[in-house]
Amino acid sequence: MIDNNNKPVNRRGFLGSCSRFIAAGLGAISVFKFGGSLWGQENGQYNPAEHNYAMGIDVHKCIGCGRCADACKRENDVTREPYYFRTWVERYVIPSEGETVVDSPNGGIDGFPETVDKNDVLRTFFVPKLCNHCSNPPCVQVCPVGATFASRDGVVLVDEKYCVGCRYCIQACPYGARYFHPESKTADKCTFCYHRITKGLPPACVEVCPTHARVFGEIGQLSSPLRRFVRFNDLTVLKPWLNTKPKVYYAGADGEVR
Amino acid sequence: MNKLGIPGQIVPLAIIGVVVIAAFIAARMLFVPDTFGEYGHYRASAVEEIASQEIVYAGHEACNDCHDDIFETKQESKHRDVSCEACHGPAADHIEAPDEFTPTAPRGRGYCPLCHGYNPSRPSGFPQILPKTHNPGKACMTCHDPHSPVLPHAPEDCSACHRDIANVKQVSHHATLSCRTCHDVPDEHLIQPKFVRAEKPANRERCGQCHDRDSDSPREIPRINIETHGERNLCWECHYPHYPEVGK
Ligand code: HEC
Ligand code: HEC
Ligand code: HEC
Ligand code: HEC
Ligand code: HEC
Ligand code: HEC
Ligand code: HEC
Ligand code: HEC
Repeated sequence: MIDNNNKPVNRRGFLGSCSRFIAAGLGAISVFKFGGSLWGQENGQYNPAEHNYAMGIDVHKCIGCGRCADACKRENDVTREPYYFRTWVERYVIPSEGETVVDSPNGGIDGFPETVDKNDVLRTFFVPKLCNHCSNPPCVQVCPVGATFASRDGVVLVDEKYCVGCRYCIQACPYGARYFHPESKTADKCTFCYHRITKGLPPACVEVCPTHARVFGEIGQLSSPLRRFVRFNDLTVLKPWLNTKPKVYYAGADGEVR
Repeated sequence: MNKLGIPGQIVPLAIIGVVVIAAFIAARMLFVPDTFGEYGHYRASAVEEIASQEIVYAGHEACNDCHDDIFETKQESKHRDVSCEACHGPAADHIEAPDEFTPTAPRGRGYCPLCHGYNPSRPSGFPQILPKTHNPGKACMTCHDPHSPVLPHAPEDCSACHRDIANVKQVSHHATLSCRTCHDVPDEHLIQPKFVRAEKPANRERCGQCHDRDSDSPREIPRINIETHGERNLCWECHYPHYPEVGK
């Protein structure tokens, strides 16, 4: 048997260990350089690759109070004027005869003061809307510069500094979830409150929802409230035929909801 | 042919090639940001920048540290799922500096109906009222504690037999008064009402203790001058005591 410690060093072995040493050094440097730069010290324990976020919405529970749309604007400093929303609440009125009417006065923030006449209404309900954080996002595909992207934890984000404001993504979103920010002149949209969820807080809209109409969680985690929601409800997604694979799941939304 | 044996026409071509490649590399270094492409076709550090955005809503758990009494009351009540900040607005600033930033409280009649105003589009089980007819003119908090909004009821001991009076009174200006403020009731009345009578107010002073201009009752109670108002008639000849109204 050869004793490793006393083995005479030959040329081949020497070169081998040298290259292993250099490779290990390079590896360490690259881990330090790239791995260390993300998520600074305070966020040291957060690993995006371990998460995959999604939201559930129970249409039967939504009371249309609009607190979600209000909180979203305050949390994310969205322009207060109507027409700029990261999330909003729609009212559906399905009459016994004729076309379904959908409205959303100021996103529902001031409530829905004009109530509908109940007589010729078949059904009426509220539907909260937001970015669907698609697994197959058309907005990301059309971005010419790579300013919008799906993060490793499954959230579709916009890089405000890199966006050139061409608005292709706003056109491409089949859900109307994006808007053009009048001040930054870039595309803007829901981030699932990325700055909150990465610190273990729920998105602001979920925090203020009084009836659990919005459920936030992780697809892959057994203990997540979203898992229970998925287990106990028949779920649909919006416009499934587009194959965008949304990660916002609706319970109680019938075919009329688009 | 030069010294290296490379054909002469190749040299300028090679130089141009090198310059073009160098220009491309330089442009790439200039225009493609540092962390681009680390995890995909995007700037990896953008993720970090987005995650560092400031938090505005502190979350309801955070209030428990200092307002644990209110927190616990609410936890037991029908408003358990209504976040503190759904009514008081974002309060992360308040937690950092409680004395500098105090959240506002929605004391007016306009706010609660955002959730409780009747609207046919709401799920039918949800408690709703018509703000126009539901005790107009009074703040919701006079009858409902916002942190524990139980439905006010006359004490069961009286309403068991005097339901009609209790029902009227509970939506009146006198909703917050207990029956015993005006009626001295011996306990036996509850058992043998026909034999042991409850007392009825007998004089104007009973009402004057709250309504006389010189009384030291809470300021929001409307005042009259007991010496002159309504001459010498009993107050309840003109005002029904269980549903007092003014005017006509
Ligand atoms: C660090 C302790 C602390 C925490 C945490 C805290 N508060 Fe307070 N809060 C105070 C103090 C102290 C006052 C009294 C300030 C004053 O009267 O100027 C106060 C007053 C208030 C008031 C009363 C304002 C008024 O009109 O009288 C409200 C409402 C309130 N807090 C809401 C909240 C909410 C909602 C939260 C959770 C998001 C919260 N607080 C968390 C310390 C705290
Ligand atoms: C349904 C809406 C609502 C919710 C939810 C709510 N509050 Fe209030 N809160 C009010 C209103 C209205 C007042 C004013 C009460 C008054 O003036 O009588 C108030 C008053 C207060 C005050 C000051 C007066 C007092 O009673 O000491 C504090 C502090 C406070 N709230 C803290 C909280 C905290 C903490 C929570 C969450 C645990 C919370 N509130 C949840 C509506 C709400
Ligand atoms: C953000 C929405 C929201 C706001 C704002 C709100 N509430 Fe509520 N309220 C609720 C919910 C949710 C319930 C529980 C309903 C249930 O049990 O189905 C509730 C229950 C109640 C109940 C109990 C009804 C019953 O049947 O027992 C009363 C009374 C009430 N609220 C009064 C108020 C008052 C007064 C205010 C204003 C200070 C207010 N609410 C503000 C959401 C809200
Ligand atoms: C004078 C006292 C009084 C005032 C002021 C008052 N309420 Fe009520 N409220 C009651 C009583 C008593 C009931 C229960 C009896 C009933 O159903 O009418 C009630 C019931 C309710 C209910 C439950 C209805 C249901 O069907 O379960 C809600 C919600 C409510 N009130 C909200 C409010 C709101 C919001 C305001 C302010 C705009 C308000 N109340 C002001 C006395 C009052
Ligand atoms: C067990 C049923 C019952 C209960 C409980 C009860 N009452 Fe009575 N009360 C009666 C009846 C019956 C009369 C009518 C007696 C009569 O006309 O002889 C009456 C009469 C009265 C009267 C009129 C007396 C008069 O001289 O005309 C007053 C005032 C009164 N009750 C107040 C109260 C109050 C306040 C309470 C709660 C502390 C109360 N009652 C609880 C059954 C009850
Ligand atoms: C603000 C004072 C006041 C309060 C509070 C009050 N009452 Fe009275 N009540 C009177 C007066 C005054 C009379 C006498 C009316 C008359 O003789 O016309 C009376 C009469 C009655 C009577 C006799 C029948 C009638 O309608 O004249 C009954 C029974 C009664 N009250 C029950 C109650 C009950 C039960 C409550 C609590 C739910 C209550 N009262 C609260 C002042 C009050
Ligand atoms: C314990 C104190 C108290 C007593 C005793 C009392 N009241 Fe009142 N009264 C009130 C309060 C509180 C209000 C409502 C104030 C408000 O609207 O904020 C009120 C309101 C009224 C109003 C005004 C209604 C309006 O439309 O503004 C009349 C009238 C009235 N009471 C008559 C009477 C009569 C008559 C009696 C005697 C049978 C009486 N009160 C005894 C506390 C009292
Ligand atoms: C002759 C009928 C009559 C009698 C008796 C009477 N009132 Fe009045 N009261 C009125 C009328 C009418 C008004 C409204 C016009 C006014 O403000 O003078 C009124 C108004 C009031 C108001 C409201 C004042 C305000 O500023 O809003 C109160 C409180 C009141 N009365 C209490 C009493 C009390 C307490 C008694 C018994 C000491 C009494 N009244 C006796 C007829 C009467």
